[in-house]
Amino acid sequence: MKYKRLTILCGHYGSGKTNIAVNMAYDLRAQRDNVAVADLDIVNPYFRTKDSQKDFEERGIRLICSDFASSNVDLPSMPADLYSITDDHSLSVILDIGGDDRGAYALGRLRDAILTENDYDMYMVVNQYRPLTPDAQSTLEVMGEIEAACGIPFTGIINNSNIARETTAQDVLDTVDYANEVGKRSGLPVVCTTVEDRLYDELKDKLSPIFSLQLQAKLI
Amino acid sequence: MSDKILMKGNEAIAEAAIIAGCRHYFGYPITPQTEIAAYMAKKMPKIGGTFLQAESEIAAINMVYGVASAGKRVMTSSSSPGVSLKGEGLSYLAGSDLPSLIVNVQRGGPGLGGIQPSQSDYFQSTRGGGHGDYHMIVLAPASVQEMAELTVKGFELADTYRMTSMILADGTMGQMMEPVNLDLDVKPAHEKPWATTGTQMAREHNIVNSLSLVPEELEELNFKRYDRYKVIEENETMFEEYKVEDADIVLAAFGIAARVSKNAVDEARKMGIKAGLIRPITLWPFPKAPFKAAAEHAKAFISVELNMGQMIEDVILATESKCPVTLCNRAGGMIPDPKQVLNSIIEVNGGMK
Repeated sequence: MKYKRLTILCGHYGSGKTNIAVNMAYDLRAQRDNVAVADLDIVNPYFRTKDSQKDFEERGIRLICSDFASSNVDLPSMPADLYSITDDHSLSVILDIGGDDRGAYALGRLRDAILTENDYDMYMVVNQYRPLTPDAQSTLEVMGEIEAACGIPFTGIINNSNIARETTAQDVLDTVDYANEVGKRSGLPVVCTTVEDRLYDELKDKLSPIFSLQLQAKLI
Repeated sequence: MSDKILMKGNEAIAEAAIIAGCRHYFGYPITPQTEIAAYMAKKMPKIGGTFLQAESEIAAINMVYGVASAGKRVMTSSSSPGVSLKGEGLSYLAGSDLPSLIVNVQRGGPGLGGIQPSQSDYFQSTRGGGHGDYHMIVLAPASVQEMAELTVKGFELADTYRMTSMILADGTMGQMMEPVNLDLDVKPAHEKPWATTGTQMAREHNIVNSLSLVPEELEELNFKRYDRYKVIEENETMFEEYKVEDADIVLAAFGIAARVSKNAVDEARKMGIKAGLIRPITLWPFPKAPFKAAAEHAKAFISVELNMGQMIEDVILATESKCPVTLCNRAGGMIPDPKQVLNSIIEVNGGMK
């Protein structure tokens, strides 16, 4: 993938933002030094980018994250070093934002600096298999709510449609029209389809661009 | 398109409730069940339903009492400390013979405890939850699909027997995401001639009340309620058996503990140990029959729980003390891993030789 200085991932709750953020950080680190992941999730105390902290350290990726993330202290809070995201222009950052408009309010605090610098992409992560975003109309409503909450316009769509471990290649292909419809009606490009790594070989010639994901979450 | 969608356990409960015809939800946020309230807040206004964030759990359960009195399907949800607050309301619902669905997505306790998963409200749920002689029907899902199916079932059982059904899940069940098929089988709703829906000047007043000052009458009400419980115990127990037929070591586990135990059973079988699993799906009524039957051939039972040993008492009662029953557990928000359960099986099996 090509990256601006700031890559912001927003979307409906449970659309897959954190898994994509972690994988994009690995991809970005392979291209650049001085890479950070910023976890601005104020909605969910579980399943945070912080769960990948050890991996980040090993790969030399900085984690900008509240001390209370994944600590079981159920406290919506921002990282102490929040402003290094917008102040340190030598840093390339993947921003993992909490779900829906509720999560996007946290991003609004950085709006002026992000829009002034204007070196960002903000992607709407979509999953057609999530119950509240089954079609373009409902997805566009969530997009509108997120933009209203953070005050930053989206620049693209990431199609992450999946039903977890049961996802087949066909299940992904079946959502291409949906993602294109969201793109068409919002006037934004579908920048990539993200698929679990086990499906990559089967889909790499059928979907372009495609981005392979190593999953972070544990299965029981 | 796949006929499944990807849902969190909490969302599956909320959507299944709507599918079951529930249009009234009252709650108060608490981790790890907040997604139920969040989902209802988004969806209810769109379908003409009521979502109301009450000022407390106590207020929410009493709003449930009100809607249940009017004969409508109604639910509230919370997690352990919040369910304790609802205790008084649960007792009043029972004393008034009102149907409702209560969800407890348990977290570690006692007190405020933590936000990690637990099964330590087993006693509280299966023995009633509030004061007085009564039971709730307690359903224990072990997958996101079951979160949806048992929610529908819970409403139906509540209406059939005029009592509270509780979904007793835990933090993992609430938070995990799995594919779900929402083509759920919903039976037509029951007539509720007892509901306080207005007489239209055409019938006597219906009275919904838990106050009964004449002891002879109150005793009679208790007797009748327990006659009904007997019917439920005979007809409504649900359980799953896994490789129990020839098992020497039988595990007892529900919810997330059952998923872990299933893996351990498979590992034990690979080592030549005949292990099996009984997974109660109704915790009240407790499925005594499969335990009693398994005790005829098993050498020992192991109760696998995310608490200090609560269901183990029902296992001992159901097996009529014919076999030793040991505990394999974690507490405080920790989950036993399959290895711990396997070691427990090996240990118990070795001790039998």
